[in-house]
Amino acid sequence: MSDFSPAASRTRRNWLEKLEIDLRLLGMIGAFALVCLCFSVVTDGRFLSARNIFNLTIQTVSVAIMATGMVFVIVCRHIDLSVGAILALASAVMGVMQARWLPNALGLGLGHPLIAPVTMISGLVTGTAIGALNGWLVGYQRIPAFIVTLGGLLIWRYVGWYLTAGQTIAPLNQTFLLFGGAEGTLGVGASWVAGGLAAAAALWVIWSGRRRKQAHDFPVRPVWAETVVMTLAVTLIMGFVAILNSYELPQAKLRRIFEARGEIMPEGYTQGYGLPISVLILILVAVAMTVIAGRTRFGRYIFATGGNPDAAELSGINTRLLTVKIFALMGFLCGLSAIIAQARLQSHPNDIGTLDELRVIAAAVIGGTALSGGIGTIHGAILGALIMQSLQSGMAMVGADAPLQNIVVGVVLVLAVWIDIQYRKRLGMR
Amino acid sequence: MTPLVEMRDISVSFGGIKAVDHVSVDLYPGEVVGLLGHNGAGKSTLIKCLSGAYRPDAGEIHIDGKKAEIHNTRDARAYNIETIYQTLALADNLDAASNLFLGRELVTPTGLLDEARMEAETRRIMARLNPNFRKFSEPVMALSGGQRQSVAIARAVYFNARILIMDEPTAALGPQETQMVAELIDELKRQGLGIFLIEHDIHAVMKLCDRAVVMKNGQRVGTVRVDEVTDDDILGMIIMGRKPETAV
Repeated sequence: MSDFSPAASRTRRNWLEKLEIDLRLLGMIGAFALVCLCFSVVTDGRFLSARNIFNLTIQTVSVAIMATGMVFVIVCRHIDLSVGAILALASAVMGVMQARWLPNALGLGLGHPLIAPVTMISGLVTGTAIGALNGWLVGYQRIPAFIVTLGGLLIWRYVGWYLTAGQTIAPLNQTFLLFGGAEGTLGVGASWVAGGLAAAAALWVIWSGRRRKQAHDFPVRPVWAETVVMTLAVTLIMGFVAILNSYELPQAKLRRIFEARGEIMPEGYTQGYGLPISVLILILVAVAMTVIAGRTRFGRYIFATGGNPDAAELSGINTRLLTVKIFALMGFLCGLSAIIAQARLQSHPNDIGTLDELRVIAAAVIGGTALSGGIGTIHGAILGALIMQSLQSGMAMVGADAPLQNIVVGVVLVLAVWIDIQYRKRLGMR
Repeated sequence: MTPLVEMRDISVSFGGIKAVDHVSVDLYPGEVVGLLGHNGAGKSTLIKCLSGAYRPDAGEIHIDGKKAEIHNTRDARAYNIETIYQTLALADNLDAASNLFLGRELVTPTGLLDEARMEAETRRIMARLNPNFRKFSEPVMALSGGQRQSVAIARAVYFNARILIMDEPTAALGPQETQMVAELIDELKRQGLGIFLIEHDIHAVMKLCDRAVVMKNGQRVGTVRVDEVTDDDILGMIIMGRKPETAV
């Protein structure tokens, strides 16, 4: 930055301010782009192929969903070390539910249409209940979150272990498998429709925000800046859909699908994957969590409590109940991630979600969530998860072994926080 | 005239230590009552019973002559009691509007926060209290002491406080900002609010208050009208715990 003359950096800042794009977000996007570009060069473009982007996205979903919840937990000055363990238990409950209890004990038989929904609800309830218990212990019993969830890290995974008698559970219900990623995609047509709807929604949000500001005579972005932001949003959404649509099912797999239907595949037939259901769920979670963070009382109280717990308490906010809600939401998201992780692996292995707590916390922190509380964004956390997954799978593609992958991710985590501290110092924040 | 607030025979103890020991104070509309005493004299603890942060072990609080049940800060707010804490109780990471409406946010019919209306209301009240205030979209940590103080005062005034508790409102302010707060207190008095002012600075009390209550070791030394006593009389009460002869 010191290379720029003051005048030049001032004008540069001016147009960035007009766009009202968060500089920190821009930095993260820049870092992500750099990672992608480097790997792309080293792998002769394989890293940025439609196939790898598709895989990267579905691998990121589980951690990204939990990272959005971790943002709330950390913003409120807590921590949750038990998310991987909760995911494992929720997965164990769902595994046993769909493979044994529902078909055998309840006599529904395998393949009954009720099995998938009941299984998923059982996983979500398990996660939410354990999260609420964590929150109660932290909020009402005043046990530090670090201790409660460190205990949970040891407890819940092994409760799940007893549930399954330590066995891997497979095969899973066919409907359930649709939530894993490649097995359940919208297909090309529906993906375009979903993308179009998303783009329309994005435009409406930007436009109505501008209208609201104008109604109160607040300053708004100049029209050119508004246009740039709108174009950017639409391009990003449609570009993402286009990439996922361009990744085609392997011919052998297509042939099998046709054979199963008793038909013969026409010559030259191709079919794109399109948007995976799991990615769609992540997007919905991201939108919902962003709305909660910015536009609801619940979200406002989370940030207020993180900024100044005493002030929140004195303002009449029930911070204890708030803690229960935050952890319960975290648990719910663990349950949701459990559905996706299990369906992606097409089984419930006992080590599912191992070390996820660290990946989730790292994603949130790389995404700009401050451990001192009060600061953090949902999109940042998702980007953080994406950056980590990119590093990991990029290095795997290059042929770096697992120990080196861990070393690099660790270095990136520390580096990201260091850069963030420097950035805040420069802005004169605490 | 019925007093706006009557705190009768209030006692609070913390683990055997009597922080407040059978103290009674009252407050009339349009009046500023100063609470004076050393650190640990019990003035903050006493007043926190009124603002709902503590519950007294014994004693009663009457508002407008009727017995009031204040169990938490929400209850206090229902009686139009607003408190401006010494720490200002602001969430530093949020902007002025978010702090002003903290705990009482305005929402749209769909239940979402009505950010635009909250900011508009904040701009409206700040134009009245502190016309130079401009930093509406920045977190309050970027504000000066006086600006932060005006956000805290705006929060109390906006919600139609009838009873205002101010804990050393000028402690962290420069001369100009102190003057601004003094003018504001006069204005609020004219509007008929009753104000409890917790202060260390005797000069501020002599200037701003109508009556002063002096406390020492959890007990009330005495209540005096400030125009009937000198600075030295009050100093004597604070240090020696003795009432001057002139006082009623």
